[in-house]
Amino acid sequence: MTSALLQLTAVSKRFSRTLDAGARIAAWLGAGEGAQTVRAVESVTLAIAPRETLALVGESGCGKSTLGRVAAGIYAPDDGTVSLHGAPVMSVAKRPRKITTKVQTVFQDPFASLNPRMIVGDIIAEGPLAHGLVSRDDASAYVAQWLTRVGLDASFGTRYPHQFSGGQRQRIAIARALAMQPDLLICDEPVASLDVSIQAQVLNLFLQLRRELGLTCLFISHDLGVVRHVSDRVAIMYLGRVVELGATAEIFAAAQHPYTRALLASVPRLRRHPGGDAGFKPIEGEIPSPLAPPAGCHFNPRCPMATDRCRAEPPELVRVGVNRQVACHHAPSTTP
Amino acid sequence: MNAVTISDPVLAVRGLKTHFFTRAGVLKAVDGIDLAVARGEILGLVGESGSGKTVTGFSILGLVDPPGRIVEGSIRFAGRELVGLANEELRQLRGRRIAMVFQDPSTTLNPVLSVGDQMVLAVHAHERVSRSAALARARELLTIVGIPSPDARLAAYPHQLSGGMRQRVAIAIALLHRPEIIIADEPTTALDVSIQGQILFEIRRLARDTGVALIWITHDLAVVSNLADRIAVMYAGRIVEDGAAQDVLSRPQHPYTRGLLDSVPGDAPAGDLLPQIPGTTPSLLTLPPGCSFRDRCARADQLCATMPELTATAAMAHVRCHHPVTAA
Repeated sequence: MTSALLQLTAVSKRFSRTLDAGARIAAWLGAGEGAQTVRAVESVTLAIAPRETLALVGESGCGKSTLGRVAAGIYAPDDGTVSLHGAPVMSVAKRPRKITTKVQTVFQDPFASLNPRMIVGDIIAEGPLAHGLVSRDDASAYVAQWLTRVGLDASFGTRYPHQFSGGQRQRIAIARALAMQPDLLICDEPVASLDVSIQAQVLNLFLQLRRELGLTCLFISHDLGVVRHVSDRVAIMYLGRVVELGATAEIFAAAQHPYTRALLASVPRLRRHPGGDAGFKPIEGEIPSPLAPPAGCHFNPRCPMATDRCRAEPPELVRVGVNRQVACHHAPSTTP
Repeated sequence: MNAVTISDPVLAVRGLKTHFFTRAGVLKAVDGIDLAVARGEILGLVGESGSGKTVTGFSILGLVDPPGRIVEGSIRFAGRELVGLANEELRQLRGRRIAMVFQDPSTTLNPVLSVGDQMVLAVHAHERVSRSAALARARELLTIVGIPSPDARLAAYPHQLSGGMRQRVAIAIALLHRPEIIIADEPTTALDVSIQGQILFEIRRLARDTGVALIWITHDLAVVSNLADRIAVMYAGRIVEDGAAQDVLSRPQHPYTRGLLDSVPGDAPAGDLLPQIPGTTPSLLTLPPGCSFRDRCARADQLCATMPELTATAAMAHVRCHHPVTAA
């Protein structure tokens, strides 16, 4: 995709535990565990087209938040490149820094992501002032404009975060991100901590603003119902790798990777139609430790289709249709 | 009173009011609810934060601490009144005949005791049996809740287990004394989708096989739809609707239930705005008279300024609304 707004190319991110002196000596003597490395993201290539919403889906520990933070310029990747409009998101240095303001993030927990000792107006104005997007004289009008835009009263700028409910705080977090006038908005589980009725309000705000501002979004979520509603394309992650990628409607209609299929089947559904089948099938087994992922395809110990090849050779993400990719040796369209 | 009538319920709650006497005023967390659960039945108690669902569970368990207090109502368990019972008598029931499972298994399990040791302690809390007999029972229950290689798990410490395994251990502990009822407060909320699916599957089987009654407290309608026989929906300290799970979910009568179901993504075409309930849950300190939902309700009129009664709509189904939704 040449016209991509965000391009991630072969991005990997590893986290290592630094050993203290005692542990180093123990490791040297052969008694300790040695340095442990989590490969949180393994060689992921993704592109997001302008005005598109790509959802990153997976269970805890699959690397979706890490990948989001790499895309946001919060973590520097260990391998691979991240570029926005063709320009790198982070500088090349010993300690790389984010060098664009055009990517902004909304985090999951609005109780942790807003500084409790700053008034809301300062929280929203801080970034735009620092980057000269607005002058000091115009700052309060600018804040009022964004507060109104996210459905809050313009006078709320003088209050502190603790005076707001979870839903209102998430609106403030959205206002803070949008006040930086980003081209790409990264939403990391933005409604996961909200009540059902408030979740719908915040999702509607997101849908409205996305349309009005022409935003491009990376939407990270474990909630398949939400993902199906807001995203154009979906990338399913499992233990650091993208296992399936494609248009949202296609994936929900006909998932090809056994993990995607199992994930879709294990979601409890509302029994809305009398006589309909409310049954769901749990996936066997648990997610293996990311410290020691299984060889070959990471999903093989839980997969009903696994063969010797799956235990030895990790499947590549291969194109199986227009804009559709699957990493499975036994996917319907990859098997001869 | 339009009490829920089940012949011979394991647990029957009537007119329960649990209030918290705070400096800011009286917080009516639970304000007059009726519930009943029969043997082998799973009741889903559904509500958003602040609806009083957790306080209801704590009231039944006798775990409400000051400034909270049960001010009115009755909780009858196996023919015995629990309200006003001495602490020691409640302690005799808790964990033996009434068991509980909480949301976060990493805080409910003791981190410095192995799984086996804490299960033996739980057995000895109510029964005098040998350690080997207690361990054998623990092992048997770990197998029942679907834990592979139970002998290895008995020796393990909680931190060595995954979140899903810890919650299975917590459920196994709840089952140790073959309780008549288990109160489970958001037990799968902290778990991943695939692990939640496994646990719901096991719980459904356990209720069927052992005849234990369950009150499953949750905010997640989809979870109870797959699990519960009956559903009670709470809003601002009261039950606004109850009935057979399928009826409540497919033909909700209270505008709040209807609004909640509509606001879950699924039915609306992708990308469209979701039908949303306006406003937020009212403060329990300053509840206006009348229906607590009327400020957020499209059907509200002057009549709603008076509190609607919980009215029977079918066998064991009720709605608390002056203008229930009748058409599908």
